[in-house]
Amino acid sequence: MKAHGLVHKYGDNVDTDVIIPARYLNTASHAELASHCMEDIDKDFVKNVKSGDIMVANKNFGCGSSREHAPIAIKASGISCVIASTFARIFYRNAINIGLPILECDAAAKEIQAGDEVEVDFDTGVITDVTTGKTYEAQPFPPFIQNIIEKGGLLKSITEK
Amino acid sequence: MGMTMTQKILAAHAGLDHVVAGQLIEAKLDVVLANDITAPVAINEFEKCGADAVFDNTRIALVLDHFTPNKDIKAAEQCLQTRNFANKYDIKNFFDVGQMGIEHALLPEKGIVGPGDCVIGADSHTCTYGALGAFSTGVGSTDMAAGMITGKAWFKVPSAIKVVLTGKPGRWVSGKDVILHLIGEIGVDGALYKSLEFTGMGVEHLSMDDRLCIANMAIEAGAKNGIFPVDGVTLEYCEGRFQREPVVFSADADAEYDSTVTIDLSALRPTVAFPHLPENTKTVDEIAQMEPIAIQQCVIGSCTNGRIEDLRAAAKILAGRKVAKGVRCIVIPGTQDIYLQAIKEGIAEVFIKAGAIFSTPTCGPCLGGHMGVLAKGERAISTTNRNFVGRMGHVESEVYLASPAVAAASAVAGYITDPDKI
Repeated sequence: MKAHGLVHKYGDNVDTDVIIPARYLNTASHAELASHCMEDIDKDFVKNVKSGDIMVANKNFGCGSSREHAPIAIKASGISCVIASTFARIFYRNAINIGLPILECDAAAKEIQAGDEVEVDFDTGVITDVTTGKTYEAQPFPPFIQNIIEKGGLLKSITEK
Repeated sequence: MGMTMTQKILAAHAGLDHVVAGQLIEAKLDVVLANDITAPVAINEFEKCGADAVFDNTRIALVLDHFTPNKDIKAAEQCLQTRNFANKYDIKNFFDVGQMGIEHALLPEKGIVGPGDCVIGADSHTCTYGALGAFSTGVGSTDMAAGMITGKAWFKVPSAIKVVLTGKPGRWVSGKDVILHLIGEIGVDGALYKSLEFTGMGVEHLSMDDRLCIANMAIEAGAKNGIFPVDGVTLEYCEGRFQREPVVFSADADAEYDSTVTIDLSALRPTVAFPHLPENTKTVDEIAQMEPIAIQQCVIGSCTNGRIEDLRAAAKILAGRKVAKGVRCIVIPGTQDIYLQAIKEGIAEVFIKAGAIFSTPTCGPCLGGHMGVLAKGERAISTTNRNFVGRMGHVESEVYLASPAVAAASAVAGYITDPDKI
């Protein structure tokens, strides 16, 4: 499985309140959540994002609330993968559980720039910045997480047990 | 090698004699929780995968607390969906308006959670119950849905930071000041993926309300959970309240910790977290050296500070005083029982006479939902737990986090101040 797209870049401690502000949590509609994704720190994100694009950020991405609406909004906006130095733990679980691939890689998170064209190989964990030609190695998913993603999410992995 | 308190609870719930940090386990759950925002997403997942039963209708808690009393039509529909689910599956711990309180004030109060439990909740502040000596952590809606079906969840066993509390806190220093100080020391990701295990002689000087407040904000340091030892204060709190028998776990003497942080409670000062991260802390003494920080709103309440001791601390300051002109002071009790207690003690009257409002329980303003949303350029002091960009309203508004005493004193002064200086 691979992802390939252009990069949207953010800094440290991107919290779930800016990924999807609480004022929009009165809906569980994926499309509606996606239409407000990131708007409090990047009001052009929704306008600019294209299907397959990749989000890159620094440390503690997704900190704050446990709202699953956050990874749902990112995935439904078209983002195919999030790369960060570190993720907040509830966001990490939620992303896996809804099938949004995320990779921790400090060097890639620091060096990859907004607008770069990036390719990610989830089987090997190799991240390639096509624009600069540099490659980075993230930990590929452990088998139990691969299983959840392959089955299309945690609940499907349970019901197909 | 010995185990931390958290590891021992997880091992017991996984049916294992021993676990080590980093190990992946599947643990049995004592309680599974969600609210009116996270339950609908969980229910959608539950139904989508064809589930037709919950693992135990006495072990699931559904609390309609965030956007209630219904703030708009969409919120009403989310509550309706949750209510219908609770009725269909005969969920015993379903709390609607009238019985409802803020979930993390309500569940300990009702004795639904207690010592030795393993709890997940689709709300990040589920870590609150660590104050009772439980392993308790926030998850998303999908984990919650899976938990409702199977009664189990997978965890990566966390390593821990040992937080040694010494000394006795001074006047106006509360649990909120302890946790804000700690987050200021270690940062908003200082305990990422880890447990914060509180210990030391200082613990005995912390009331249950203080401990609930401290454990509540463990997530604000990135922690998986925060946990306190079970002592006489805990057992007294659980007496006649906890619906099951407390199971007391304690860390092994040779448990391994990643690091140790020592906090002398007697040296702490009332502490405020500046926008837009809980780690941006300053003491009231440092603030006194700055230009006055005028406020337009004061919020006293939330799952962090909506308990009776919090209201008493605020009332002590507001008694016989008035909220400053130009400040809107909103006081929100955590539960119906706390609300009633505040009325009985005359605290409700103190708030109203001071010019504050005293409302029914709700999470409302903490996350910019309702009951106190900020306009562009407005600034609030708040006893809530997060001061992220746009958290309480407009993206250009600001939230300063503090204890009930500091918040109430600031409401009287009109700017952020030391409770001793009004």
